[in-house]
Amino acid sequence: MKISLFIPCFIDLCFPKVGISMVRILEKLGHEVECPEAPACCGQPAFNTGYWDESRDTAIKVIEQYKDAEVVVIASGSCGAMMNVFYPELFAQTRHAEAAKAMAAKCFEFSSFLVNRLGVSDLGARFPARVTFHDGCHGLRELKIKREPRVLMEKVKGLELVEMDAAEVCCGFGGTFSAKFPMISTAMGEVKCDSALKTDAEYIVSNDSSCLMHIQGLLDRRGSKLKTIHLAEILAQS
Amino acid sequence: MNAIAQQFKDQATRMTRDLHHRELIQTALGKYAVKRDEKIALFQDWQGARQRASEIKWNAVNHLDEYLVEFTKKLEARGTVVHWAGTAAQARGIITGIVKEKKARLVIKSKSMTSEEIHLNEALEKEGVEVVESDLGEFIVQLRHEAPYHIVFPAMHLTRGDISELFSRELKSAPTDSPEELTIIARRVLRQKYVKADVGITGANFAIAETGMISITENEGNARLTAALPRVMITLIGLEKVLPKLEDLALFLPMLATVGAAQAISGYNTLYGGPRQEGEADGPEEFHVVLLDNQRVAFLADAEQRDALHCIRCGACLNVCPVYRNVGGHAYGTTYCGPIGAVITPHLRGLKDWKHLSYASSLCGACTEGCPVKINLHHHLLQTRRNSGSENPVWWQKIAFKLFAPVANVRFFWAMATRLGRVGQRFHPLVKGTRLDPARAWTKTRETPKLAPQSFKEWWRQRK
Amino acid sequence: MSERENILARIREALVIPAPKPVLKDKAVAEPLEDGYAAFLPAAGNTFEAQQKQFKLNAVDLKADFHLLEDASEAAVTLAKIRDSEGWKKIATHRGALTLAVCDALGLAPLIVDDTFDKNALETCDAGITECDALVAQTGSVLVTSRSAGGRALSVLPPHHIVLARRDQMVPDLPAAFALVKRKYGADFPSMISFITGPSRTGDIERILVLGAHGPKKLTILCY
Repeated sequence: MKISLFIPCFIDLCFPKVGISMVRILEKLGHEVECPEAPACCGQPAFNTGYWDESRDTAIKVIEQYKDAEVVVIASGSCGAMMNVFYPELFAQTRHAEAAKAMAAKCFEFSSFLVNRLGVSDLGARFPARVTFHDGCHGLRELKIKREPRVLMEKVKGLELVEMDAAEVCCGFGGTFSAKFPMISTAMGEVKCDSALKTDAEYIVSNDSSCLMHIQGLLDRRGSKLKTIHLAEILAQS
Repeated sequence: MNAIAQQFKDQATRMTRDLHHRELIQTALGKYAVKRDEKIALFQDWQGARQRASEIKWNAVNHLDEYLVEFTKKLEARGTVVHWAGTAAQARGIITGIVKEKKARLVIKSKSMTSEEIHLNEALEKEGVEVVESDLGEFIVQLRHEAPYHIVFPAMHLTRGDISELFSRELKSAPTDSPEELTIIARRVLRQKYVKADVGITGANFAIAETGMISITENEGNARLTAALPRVMITLIGLEKVLPKLEDLALFLPMLATVGAAQAISGYNTLYGGPRQEGEADGPEEFHVVLLDNQRVAFLADAEQRDALHCIRCGACLNVCPVYRNVGGHAYGTTYCGPIGAVITPHLRGLKDWKHLSYASSLCGACTEGCPVKINLHHHLLQTRRNSGSENPVWWQKIAFKLFAPVANVRFFWAMATRLGRVGQRFHPLVKGTRLDPARAWTKTRETPKLAPQSFKEWWRQRK
Repeated sequence: MSERENILARIREALVIPAPKPVLKDKAVAEPLEDGYAAFLPAAGNTFEAQQKQFKLNAVDLKADFHLLEDASEAAVTLAKIRDSEGWKKIATHRGALTLAVCDALGLAPLIVDDTFDKNALETCDAGITECDALVAQTGSVLVTSRSAGGRALSVLPPHHIVLARRDQMVPDLPAAFALVKRKYGADFPSMISFITGPSRTGDIERILVLGAHGPKKLTILCY
């Protein structure tokens, strides 16, 4: 299969290892991977702030770029939700309505793509560590992803998964929310960090780097030894 | 940012710093969550119940005029006086009018968020009438001259120590740290009020169109007493609270109790269809029902968000909201707090002044997931942001997003932005944490992520 | 134009624009609903044995006392024991097939609410004895009305509420209870219909459960 990747801005600039891991995993499975150079933003920041015209300006470029793609795989639950769930709403009653729907139909978040579309769960990965999983809200509630990361982690040799009490509670990032209401965002992040620390895990894993960026920022400020890592990076290790 | 929004931010800052308060709320709501899940598990089909409840409410609200006409007709046929109040002022006028006409000196009230919404108590007190809240939580916050903290548990933010001190001060009772003794103190005071009150004012959870009855859910029995002993009973109810049929309660009463209070069913669920009848041993001689509009009908016209009027005021969304759990109910500064409050307040009190509540959310969706009638709460917050973005755009934000599109999606500009970012990163430590730091909102409490030495796109380009 | 007409006109105007109907995304829901939502609710038994067992479990969980007895004389004996252990001086009741017989056996001249009574006198009674319309197994609730249970205050003002129920008054669940109400009263409903589940309670202080907030601290159900 020819798989097109969408690499969002923060992964491109700050967490390229996530994208690189995805490429290695998909190529190892025998697929051809392509990544158009241009689009770096799905349009979610403008959409979430209420500027839907400006969001459409950004999003339409993405839709055009991938119009011939067979499938589009995204490393982030939040961008995945934007394309899969919100593109049809954003473009409803515009002349791009059909194109938006077509795009939504072929977008997949990475773990969901592996498990549900490719039917793969064992990637021959090895990651001997005690980890806990943070369910990013967009992935969990918009895309209904819960089982898939756990199915994949179960097959990773040496990995011990301990669930935290607050696994499904929002980490507090929320995009521009983290800057607009930083005190609330921080408090929410503290609840998440405290819950993770209780599990004695070495790593917090998630399928959303934006959440991990916020959590790691708090952990670094505390001087904590707890590390964050994206699911794709674990799955690429052997 | 306007004054109301600034006040919210200040309150949020204060409350999130109060670790003791955060611990109290998180513990209380954590215990609730465990019990709630036990009760949900008792249902044979909880998701099916939610779906059916949402359909019943859709039917009720989208045929509201028909059901209100039926409801009124049935009530009036059995001796109830039905009043229609277009505004809060009219509702206050109607109720104070009845109270004055009866020359009432003492009014006993059972819990009604709608009466908070219209500021009824102040209006009655201005007329020289003594108003006593009978619900224990409301009684407590009334003594403290405070607004309710939560729509179901008004005194959730107080410890028994706080309440003991309050009772000692206001009721001259002996200090105690036993919740049981504190309850007995309140009970003793209130029982005399029930017997002496001239007028009883209640809220209501549902208005049953088919049989012309209002339905009140409670645990304490205070509403039962408010509706039994005084000679005049007045019920204030938002006109959107209609349910079509009597048996709809078989579904709604257990659901309300389950997510509202983590109970299988509440202690007293009572239907009232009129004043005391011929042959009945007791009951009020007069029964008045006041139907309140106060911007609900205007809200109805927003078809996209109309399902927010399906709300049964259970508080489930508050209980699961991570924002609410960290800032508490008072920070919102308005009658209805939590996610439902953030959705309806711009409609009830104006978009310009109250849009900030829609932005004070990470859109996690826990509220929508928890809502027993499946209101699309977090998507409504997005829609309110969109409405605000087009009605009152913040110009520099709009321009920034307009410029962002080509930067993000044109290869050349993005490569430039990447290089500029690396330069900026080298200088950032010089301003980090100071007034000049553009990322100050972030860096105040968090470290920033580092830009990777080689971006993904650069790696990909190199590969080829 | 009256406020009523004004409001109704504005509602009709607002509803011209249709709102999206609830979308069934998650799970198929069984149609139709002749059984009135019972399929969604907690399961209720369909024999008296199963129902009274469920009722008892619920009642005990809610701190209500439930006694399944043989006949009226056993009921009288049970009540006499309660009278003695609680030291009843005054009780109140209404005229009913079961109530007066039981009160006679107790030897306490009760306040009869069907005759004009003083609220203050009722407030100082130790117990209120009423009949009921039904016992609901699914929830452990007692269904009373202002017609079947002596008005509104009798079942909620005295600190101990005693309910006398017949075995044939047990119904499985809330849908059945509402059907019963409609069948029994037709279009001539009493002014108050109430489902009482357990004694009065509050969680308003630190969410700790306390019984006897305003209504009865004790609820005892005798079924015979």
